[in-house]
Amino acid sequence: MPSLILKTAARYLLPLLLLFSVFVLLRGHNEPGGGFTGGLVAASAFALYGIAYGVDRARQVIRISNRDLIGIGLLLAAISTLLPLFFRDAFMEGEWLAYPLPAIGKVGTPFLFDLGVYLVVVGVVLTIVFTLAEEQETVEM
Amino acid sequence: MALPLIVFSGFLLALIAAVIAHVARRATGWLLALLPLGIFAYLVRLIPAIADGQTVVTEIVWVPSLKVNLTFNLDGLALLMALLVSGIGALILIYTSGYMRDDPGIGRLDAYLLFFMASMLGLVLSDNLFTLFIFWELTSISSYLLIGFKYRYQTSRDAALQALLVTAGGGLAMLAGFVLLSASADSATISTIINDNLFSSSSSMYGAVLILILLGAFAKSAQFPFHFWLPNAMEAPTPVSAYLHSATMVKAGIYLLARFTPILGGTTAWTTIVVSIGGLTMLLGAYLAWQKRDLKRILAYATISVLGTIVLLLGIGTELAVEAAMVFLLAHALYKGALFMVAGSVDKAAGTRNIDGLGGLLAKMPVTFVAALVAGLSMAGLPPLLGFIAKELEYDALLHEAGAYPVLVIVALVAANALVGVAAGLVVIKPFFGRKPMLKRDPHESPLSMWLGPLLLAALGLLFGLMPALVDDTLIVPATVAVTGATELEHLALWHGLTVPMGLSVLTIGLAVVVYLLRNRLQVMTKRTTSGRFGPAHFYEWSLDWMLRSADKLTLFLQNGNLRVYLNVIIGTAVLLVGSVFLFYTLPDMTLNTDINDVSVIAAGLSGMIIVAAISATLFRSRLAAIAVLGVIGYSIAILFLLFGAPDLAMTQFSVETLTVVVIVLVIWKLPYFENLTKRGDRIKDVVIAVAAGLLMTLFVLVITATPLTSQITPDIVADSYLIAKGRNVVNVILVDFRGVDTFGEITVLSVAGIGVFVLSRLRSEKRRRPDDDG
Repeated sequence: MPSLILKTAARYLLPLLLLFSVFVLLRGHNEPGGGFTGGLVAASAFALYGIAYGVDRARQVIRISNRDLIGIGLLLAAISTLLPLFFRDAFMEGEWLAYPLPAIGKVGTPFLFDLGVYLVVVGVVLTIVFTLAEEQETVEM
Repeated sequence: MALPLIVFSGFLLALIAAVIAHVARRATGWLLALLPLGIFAYLVRLIPAIADGQTVVTEIVWVPSLKVNLTFNLDGLALLMALLVSGIGALILIYTSGYMRDDPGIGRLDAYLLFFMASMLGLVLSDNLFTLFIFWELTSISSYLLIGFKYRYQTSRDAALQALLVTAGGGLAMLAGFVLLSASADSATISTIINDNLFSSSSSMYGAVLILILLGAFAKSAQFPFHFWLPNAMEAPTPVSAYLHSATMVKAGIYLLARFTPILGGTTAWTTIVVSIGGLTMLLGAYLAWQKRDLKRILAYATISVLGTIVLLLGIGTELAVEAAMVFLLAHALYKGALFMVAGSVDKAAGTRNIDGLGGLLAKMPVTFVAALVAGLSMAGLPPLLGFIAKELEYDALLHEAGAYPVLVIVALVAANALVGVAAGLVVIKPFFGRKPMLKRDPHESPLSMWLGPLLLAALGLLFGLMPALVDDTLIVPATVAVTGATELEHLALWHGLTVPMGLSVLTIGLAVVVYLLRNRLQVMTKRTTSGRFGPAHFYEWSLDWMLRSADKLTLFLQNGNLRVYLNVIIGTAVLLVGSVFLFYTLPDMTLNTDINDVSVIAAGLSGMIIVAAISATLFRSRLAAIAVLGVIGYSIAILFLLFGAPDLAMTQFSVETLTVVVIVLVIWKLPYFENLTKRGDRIKDVVIAVAAGLLMTLFVLVITATPLTSQITPDIVADSYLIAKGRNVVNVILVDFRGVDTFGEITVLSVAGIGVFVLSRLRSEKRRRPDDDG
């Protein structure tokens, strides 16, 4: 039975860490950060929540299944590589919106790619962590 | 721009087909058929221009550095194939809506069918070797999904895997051939290679290129010894068999042969190999077809025979032979597509496809019968159908050849055509005439959606037979010209007068009637020959089995489950490999900076902490404590990164370190309590390895710091990073932009690894839940 401190901490840390992970993802283009690190941070946040409240509760909070996250991430990355073809540019060439969006900043295909990396990392890490944690729960029962 | 649109609209529609099916329900097939129908109409409008000798070319630059571009080229050959793919595709989608009525899987099936159609269109329109290969393998993948559509059945999955391994394996051989071809021709554009004569049979690469490309074509078009996958592919839903495995995909190999005839054809090697493989396949398929009892299997073996015949004609390669091949290709697509759909309708109505359990359906299914009859007559090669014209032309083409081998080939051709005729008789006569057996269902006529396709295709076979001028100058001649470059071609006609081909046709039909009437007695004689335990199918099973067992053994050897062994092997290998480099390497002048003032207090403290933690990790008797201490080391190193100006590295290290501890803690629950089981000798060995690794790393760091940094690329990348890629964080720009392909590969590997962990763990817990079940 996890401690009350862990549970309370996890509840407040989850949104903070998630926000931080998005921040890391977004600033990645100009400052240290990026999809990989951001994804790891988000995965840690959910993993912490899962340890505190059990995997089932954590899955409910995420809503999207981990394997879907992997799929969506790969699809986004793949789409970002193909989009330039529609602008008659070469495969994987960067395409950018002319003006930066508020809060998000410059948006282009590399960002989409990074978002894909972020989702894949979250999905894979959580798949591994939750699978192992569920095994452990069944052993305990 | 229209050609890429033709190809990619299919992929896009495939993505949303399931959603459309959810909304449109029974109208799905009719609705989705609008796209192939539109493509068909567009292509029909282009017929006059193509027949006039023009071509439509579109090029989209894709990966120019690798010569991979989306070059599409519509010539006579591509047009014939594209019309078949889109036209029959539309009818199949409509047919599917009746065949799969009320089945919730229809959206998935339609999506796969559209995915296949787009791939096939891309395949026949590609003018670039590598995009052709990509579309080629996409058709293999969609065929895999379609054969395995009923994925809950083991037989479906096995058949799907078999078709994929055979055809995609052949595709890999073909890719190797393409690489050699494009390297020696210095171009990857097929039309350029042909027009500029960039590759000739005198090239030293000719033999290799020929064999590799032929392997791909033969595997795809089910030629001996790869023919066995096609009958097994009949596990697919019948609309799929009608579309992929008779009318279109299996013709991809034939298309490839025709497409490469100008580059590779005309040599003795080409003629010898292609004619003998085609002839063998033709006889084999015909010999087996009439002995089967399942409607679809009869049709499948007959398809193998026809594919063999077309390959044989392309091997002969004269203008007349190629023209015969093109007519036969069209005739076969029309009648075989129709007959497969008929087989599906009969199956749906009567609940069986076994000809011994069928009969007397004529009164119940008159429209379906008409379609079956007309298509069957074309299959048997009777006048006035297109199948007859094709057969006459085949004989004519062979009679124009000089020498001894045409006689042999003609004998084989007459035999094969006669046996295919017997198969046609079985398919048309057995289900519809004779005594009505007890059936599980009360048969009734199929709905409009299910008889429209077969009837239309059969009617076209009749129409083109009566008026061959409709397809002559418009389709057949342009396709033949694209293959042979010929200028003068014989016009198609139903009646040539009392000629030798006519005599051979009569002989063929007579032979077919005799075999049909004597089939039961003949069957007894042939039974023993067809139940052999050898042959390519058994070789396939044996080699697959062998590979899996060897992989098992190898895995057990390399991964025996003992973590200690893994660590020893990994670290030991690294020490030996890297260490041996230092033996041949003159060490630079290493002067340690011993000035204590250069070291910050924080760095010194952290280093001390790392040393203490590392030593204590080896002394702790509790695993949890040891892991926590390892975490301390990781975090300390991350802080060091931060101090020395590598915030990216530090951030990643922090996250990785946290998650590693979490994962290890989760895994540790499964391990037994910590006990010292190792012998003294083992521990000494461990110490030696650990110390060696530590010394090596120390040496490594000293060498690196003593070597002056000479980086030539960094300034360019830093400048490009902001100017071209619009990012100030060079590390990230490299990851997502400059080296994006690598990153894409890495996240794919990561995903596979994640799914692998999930599957392995799930398999174990399934076993635990059902201890009496060892599977």
